[in-house]
Amino acid sequence: MSDDVSNEVGISRNEVLKIAKLGRLRLTDAEVDALGKDLNAILGYVAKMGELDTTGVPTLEHAAEFGDTCRDDENRPSLPREEALASAPRTGDGCFAVPKIIE
Amino acid sequence: MEPYQWTIHEARRRLDNKDISSVELTRSVLARVKAVDGAVKAFNLVTDDRALADAADADRAIARGETGVLTGIPIALKDNMDTAGIETTCSSRILAGYKPPFDGTVPARLKAGGAVLVGKTNLDEFAMGSSTENSATGATRNPWNLERAPGGSSGGSAAAVAADMCLGSLGSDTGGSIRQPAALCGVVGLKPTYGRVSRYGLVAFASSLDQIGPFTKDVRDSALLLEAISGADPLDSTCSTRPVDDYAAALERGVKGLTIGVPREYFIKGTDPSVEKAVQASIRVLEGQGATLREISLPHTAYAVACYYLVATAEASSNLGRYDGVRYGLREEAGDLLEMYMATREAGFGTEVKRRIMLGTYALSAGYYDAYYRKAQQVRTLILRDFTKAFDAGVDLVVTPTSPTGAFRIGEKADDPLQMYLSDIFTISANLAGLPGISVPCGFDDNGCPVGLQLIGRAWDESTLLAAARAHEAQTSFHTRRPDL
Amino acid sequence: MEYEVVIGLEVHCQLSTRSKIFCGCSTTFGNPPNSQTCPICLGHPGVLPVLNRKVVESAVMMGLATHCAITSPNVFSRKHYFYPDLPKGYQISQYDKPICEHGRVEIVVDGVPKRIGLTRIHMEEDAGKNLHEGLGASSHVDLNRAGVPLLEAVSEPDLRSPDEAVAYLKKLRNIVLYLGICDGNMERGNFRCDANISLRPRGTTKLGTKVEMKNMNSFRFLKQALEYEIKRQGQVLDEGGKIIQETRQWDTKRGVTESMRVKEEAHDYRYMPEPDLAPVVVEKIWAESLRKAMPELPDEKRERFVSRYGLSEYDADVLTASRPLADYYEAAVTVFDGDPKATCNWVMGDLSARLNEAGTDIADCPMTPGQLGGLVKLIHSGEISGKIAKTVFADMYGTDKSAAGIVKEKGLVQVSDTGAIDAIIDQVIAANPGELEAYRGGKDKLFGFFVGQVMKASKGQANPGMVNERLKEKLKG
Repeated sequence: MSDDVSNEVGISRNEVLKIAKLGRLRLTDAEVDALGKDLNAILGYVAKMGELDTTGVPTLEHAAEFGDTCRDDENRPSLPREEALASAPRTGDGCFAVPKIIE
Repeated sequence: MEPYQWTIHEARRRLDNKDISSVELTRSVLARVKAVDGAVKAFNLVTDDRALADAADADRAIARGETGVLTGIPIALKDNMDTAGIETTCSSRILAGYKPPFDGTVPARLKAGGAVLVGKTNLDEFAMGSSTENSATGATRNPWNLERAPGGSSGGSAAAVAADMCLGSLGSDTGGSIRQPAALCGVVGLKPTYGRVSRYGLVAFASSLDQIGPFTKDVRDSALLLEAISGADPLDSTCSTRPVDDYAAALERGVKGLTIGVPREYFIKGTDPSVEKAVQASIRVLEGQGATLREISLPHTAYAVACYYLVATAEASSNLGRYDGVRYGLREEAGDLLEMYMATREAGFGTEVKRRIMLGTYALSAGYYDAYYRKAQQVRTLILRDFTKAFDAGVDLVVTPTSPTGAFRIGEKADDPLQMYLSDIFTISANLAGLPGISVPCGFDDNGCPVGLQLIGRAWDESTLLAAARAHEAQTSFHTRRPDL
Repeated sequence: MEYEVVIGLEVHCQLSTRSKIFCGCSTTFGNPPNSQTCPICLGHPGVLPVLNRKVVESAVMMGLATHCAITSPNVFSRKHYFYPDLPKGYQISQYDKPICEHGRVEIVVDGVPKRIGLTRIHMEEDAGKNLHEGLGASSHVDLNRAGVPLLEAVSEPDLRSPDEAVAYLKKLRNIVLYLGICDGNMERGNFRCDANISLRPRGTTKLGTKVEMKNMNSFRFLKQALEYEIKRQGQVLDEGGKIIQETRQWDTKRGVTESMRVKEEAHDYRYMPEPDLAPVVVEKIWAESLRKAMPELPDEKRERFVSRYGLSEYDADVLTASRPLADYYEAAVTVFDGDPKATCNWVMGDLSARLNEAGTDIADCPMTPGQLGGLVKLIHSGEISGKIAKTVFADMYGTDKSAAGIVKEKGLVQVSDTGAIDAIIDQVIAANPGELEAYRGGKDKLFGFFVGQVMKASKGQANPGMVNERLKEKLKG
């Protein structure tokens, strides 16, 4: 059962750094070590789900009821531009400003 | 008895009789906050001016005879609910100073219903935690023992009610974040069925698990507050359009004829003996009121915590992607975009949030999705089926301890995330299955701290839940006890 | 070596809705930056998306129009990446369960019909816009476009030439225009495509390494870029090289495709089901009522034009290639249904030429279908000749006069009176004794000369049929 949780869990330091980058988190060296240890402990614990045979069991992603939950295609007022930008750390020319994006 | 000590229904009666004005009631509550919150630290923000203005509005409404259940009643909100123009921080540095340009649906309903906003209460950052220690503003204390944690993540809302700093409050419950702190603080806490209450304006932790619910001093108040916030919302497609029951009317139905399931997986070693003793005594109280007890099995309980920590962290890692320093919140300037993101999120998030972003990101990443996230969602189905089977077999309610222990010392579990996660072991399944649950005071542990009894009901059947809770309350006096502060 | 070209297209079309896909903000183009945003499309903490019903309806209609199976219930997924124009840190899209699957589209290239498989159509939100020009060390973000609804249609790798790719893209555009779900504006990027192209030795079945070309926003660029890629890849393969799987873009100025800088890390989008949107059930009844409300589609219209008006496949295809053109034609035929083929010739001939010359769209045609129908009617009834009709057409274009009015005003009515025509013929014969002799001597070709002279003498108003008939008679002597 290759898609089941492996009992041999273990995240390397490099993997911790890779995941951190994916989640856009910069970590100190100490954090890398500590989080690596925590994650390994947690993954070791969740590996117990591997004991369960879930072949053919549907997933339950949506706790909500199904139905026609759409809204009509109608306009609602937008925020005045000043308000839309009011919480932004940096703005310019009516826009949110960020460090130059290198394409 | 001081006005701040009243229940909501008591205050309602007094306000309607014009024994007291909302402004006077509010002043009493604000004075109480001033007196004790320095020790308890339940609030991130006390909105004095807004509270008095709300109270004055309420008094005018009462004078006009336009009175609703909550008109003039001082209520506190967990600081993860959007309040227009009022700081909403989730106890995170990343949202320090953030003032939403809109009201969430529940805060808007309270406002429209004439409630008085006392302030925003402390929580574990982004509701991630079980102790209200993981907060950028510092830990909240348990009013029963200031060395101990109030539970979490809605520890501020629970402590505020327990310490009489508001008549009722709202929290959010993703894995027990209402019920567990309610138990540890000796108040009533209810998590509604998923989809009963709108999540619009509740800052998301785990979207498929989060629900807003009330903390109150008794069960009647719980029914009143729940009814005020429940019901369909065009801004939340996951919020049900089913009609809302008249919960208050169901309160005195009693438990005669009800079958209450006692799941053997919830009565295990590891639970504090004094907690177990209090819970067993309360179960006998329910039996004494005419309920039939039946031992049942919820066989997948042992997998709930594992399942929960994958589902919740995966959703959390996704939900927290928006805190990028671009449109609102904290920003750490840097020369390039990637550095700006990394520096902002490093500085803005606390350790537990980072830990969960890491776990969730890992569970969703290429090559691990099936083994972790998908597997967890399948296990979730199995957990729901356990409950469905019990209900289909005629069980009306499931009774369990709310938490395996009473309040633990601040710092006691802070270094061991897994131990902290396991303190939610009894509350998590109701979130995974989307079921309503309530915690009511049922005694005290060996440390003199409160113990909670949890009842879990059928989806959409909060009425039976409240009726049973009320039947228990009517025979006990734990809910009337208050800490000395 | 000889290669077979394998092309698949991913087409993005922006839906013509009033409001965005998950909030009530306007989708109007061209307003000041960030003037069409709200807490929801700005991704503020605590907000939730609520799906616009018209987006689902548009997707279902497009699915029905392309013979797709419709999925129900519909769920969305989150596609995660960090970018300033993506407010939530994820795009709400559909991933493993698109709303439409297993469809097909018919194209015709060089008269040969072909079926192109449509893998899927899914709904998603657009991102905002990052602005870089002249801003020094900063970039700016405009989120007006964030949350504008898109449909993405992905074809099977069934296309075998740039011409087929263009025909397919034109057909899809035509379908969304017919359905009225997208304005088809390619310049603005409201209808655009990415193309996947690979080569394989002819006769083999294993797909070669593909190159993705991003954001083609004109039929011409698509064709040029694909032609360039075929040549480029062919050369690489001929020289024993390998095609690198990459994204390239068409440089319109230099006429080459260029590799886009490869990101250092492969994307890991961490797709997960979107828990904030309750699954939407597309009831059979709902889909059926949409089917009934759908306008006639290009293929159906073409077949009907052939069967009902007796047009050739070619004519019907040209007319139905644009819904306004087809509508114009049908309106003209409704005014006068006596000669649908002649009406077709006028629409596709003189009228189209005139519109092209002026760069006017058929939708803004200054001549009403009624005017054109009236003209065809006059020709058909013999009141004016084809030649006179051209004059009438020119006079009528750009005015609100009717053909009959112009004919009357200018006295252009065709002469069909035998006596009058005989008189003209007699004059012409009398004036050309040499030609008469030569004709009678066997030079049959001179018949045309006499016809010309008669028509000229009648200022083109003589009925050509009668002139022919009477001349033959008279020239016999």
